[in-house]
Parts: sequence; structure tokens; C-alpha cells
Amino acid sequence: MSKFRKKGKKSQPAVNTAALPDIVFMLLFFFMVTTTMRETTLKVENKIPFATEIEKLERKSLVSYIYIGKPIKELQPVFGTAPRIQLNDAFKTKEDIFQFVEMERDERDEAERNLITWSLKVDQKTEMGIVTDVKQELRKANALKINYSTKKTDKILN
Amino acid sequence: MAKREISEINAGSMADIAFLLLIFFLVTTTMDTDTGLIRKLPPPPEDLTEPPPPIKQRNIFEILVNANDQLLVEGEYMQVTELREKAKEFIKSDVGNPNMPEFKEEQIDGLGLYPVSKQIISLQNDNGTSYDMYIKVQNELVAAYNELRNEFAQQKFGKTYQELTQQAAASETAEQQLDAVKKVYPQRISEAEPKKVGGTN
Repeated sequence: MSKFRKKGKKSQPAVNTAALPDIVFMLLFFFMVTTTMRETTLKVENKIPFATEIEKLERKSLVSYIYIGKPIKELQPVFGTAPRIQLNDAFKTKEDIFQFVEMERDERDEAERNLITWSLKVDQKTEMGIVTDVKQELRKANALKINYSTKKTDKILN
Repeated sequence: MAKREISEINAGSMADIAFLLLIFFLVTTTMDTDTGLIRKLPPPPEDLTEPPPPIKQRNIFEILVNANDQLLVEGEYMQVTELREKAKEFIKSDVGNPNMPEFKEEQIDGLGLYPVSKQIISLQNDNGTSYDMYIKVQNELVAAYNELRNEFAQQKFGKTYQELTQQAAASETAEQQLDAVKKVYPQRISEAEPKKVGGTN
């Protein structure tokens, strides 16, 4: 009956994990290439509306963002609930937009300065008053190519 | 001197380091590309030496949005869902109808002289209108133009408007066709300076 005797205490060999770093590095490079750095921390509530007829913004380096909305909950005790404009990382007023436009232009190559798209990320509950003010300021600064940031949806509900 | 054997470096923690980096990049980066409705603002107002030429009432499609997000289209109360059809009807126009926009013959590459309607859509909103509503109206108007362009492109060139835009970068004929379609139905949305149209704020 030696045939059925338990063969010693032979444990299974450990799984070879030598290739694991390679796999993870591959993932890492994938994410490094396909994503871009988060540039701003949002200080305003930003639930952007939906639309059906949207277009994709092609070159991310040529897009500057303007955020408009209510300050987030943590900041409401200090800044109140009236909608505000956020440029880069700080709350600004509409008078600062002109300067912001100039600064953003200076950061780009001369040939590309007129190709900048100004993306308005506006919370859907905001009233148009402040948005119109911003648009008028952009016009004054000759920043005419704008984009109303919206998400894709299939059907607009009334 | 006996050669000392160099022991192999332990690479067991390599995976951990790589994971750490991976997680760092996952957290600090975003992947979402921005999408939206692309618009062009009119250039800053210059000192007007002469008033702009008057536009006939029949060429204007008037949309008012008040602070309660209600729509008044050409003097009629309307729902957003009805706007697209109405706008399409107007943009397309009708040769015999005196209430619809006039036509003007224009030279278009690839089509020759073609009657283009002189339509203008005028949009006016209140300071209290919600942004959500504003985008809905804008979206419906863009949709109306896109649908008309699509119909025209299919009828004339046998391609959808979307196909044309995709092919325009690669092929010259597609680019010309796209230009022609855009010229036949030019997007003319004019936004009036905001006023208090009414409703509570």
C-alpha cells in the first residue's frame, strides 16, 4: 500500500512574483501618459449641467478654466452662500478677470495666444447675472472663444 | 584573495514601490476631457458712430427667458421641449410666407448661387434665469441648427453632418462640403444685453 502513502510534507512552491513589478510599472506608465495633473482644488460647488449637442475640447493645454458657483460647505461660514468666481485657486471678483486673461495669455506661446478657449464651469443652480458679468468682462479682455462646460446626456428633460 | 560572491539584490519590494507610485498618480491626476457647448462672443462694443442697420422683424426669432425660467418665443409661452421644432421651422424658412425670414442669394463654393435665409435668433435672458435653463435653451438652438445641417448634408452629399466634421480634417472635399453646409445654415445666435425681463428675483 505504499502507493497511497502520503508523500512527506512537500508544500507547493511559491508563485513566482518576479513579473509583478513589471505589470505594475506598465499600469503606472499607462496612467502617467493618459492623465493630466489636477491643477486646482475646487472651492465652489460645481455640478455642471447636461446637454446633448456637446463638442470635445481638443487641446487641454489651450484651455483655461473659470469656475462659478456657491462656495463649498466648509467655506460657507466665511464666504457665505452667494455665488462666487474662482480663478486658479482663489476666489476673485469680476474685476480680476481682465488680469487673469492677460496672465493666462502670457503663459502660452505667442502664436497660440489667440487660440485659448475659456471654459466656463458654472454650477447649474447659479443665476445668469454673474455669468453675464463674466462674459462681459471676457469680451472687454478680447477673450472671445468660450465654452460652456456641460456633460453628455441623451435626452433633455424639461 | 578569494573573490567574495556578490549576493543578488532583493527585488521583492519593487512591486510595493511601483504600487505606491501608481496610487499617487491615480489620486493626483484626472482623465476627464472637457466637453461643452463652444460659443463665440461678439467682439467688445466699439463707439458706434452710426447705428447698426435696422433688421426686419420677420428675420428675427425672439426668445425671452424670465427669472422663473419661463420661455416666451415670438410672443408665445412655450416649453423648452417645443423650442427645437419651432426654431427649425424658422431657420429653414419658407419662400412664400411673409412672416418667415427673407432669402438672400449667396455665392457658395460647390453649390453656386444659393438662397440663404437671413434668419437671426435673438436670445434675451433675465439676471435671475438659472444657468441650467440657459444651457437648455442654448442646447436646443444648437440642436436645431445641427439637425438642419444634417438633413441638408444628407440630401446634398449623402453624408451626415457628423461624418463631414470628422472627415474634414483628412479630406479636402469633405472640408469644402462642410463649409458649404455651414454657409447654407449659418449659426446666428445673438444675445442681447441682459435686462430685467420680469419675474421675481
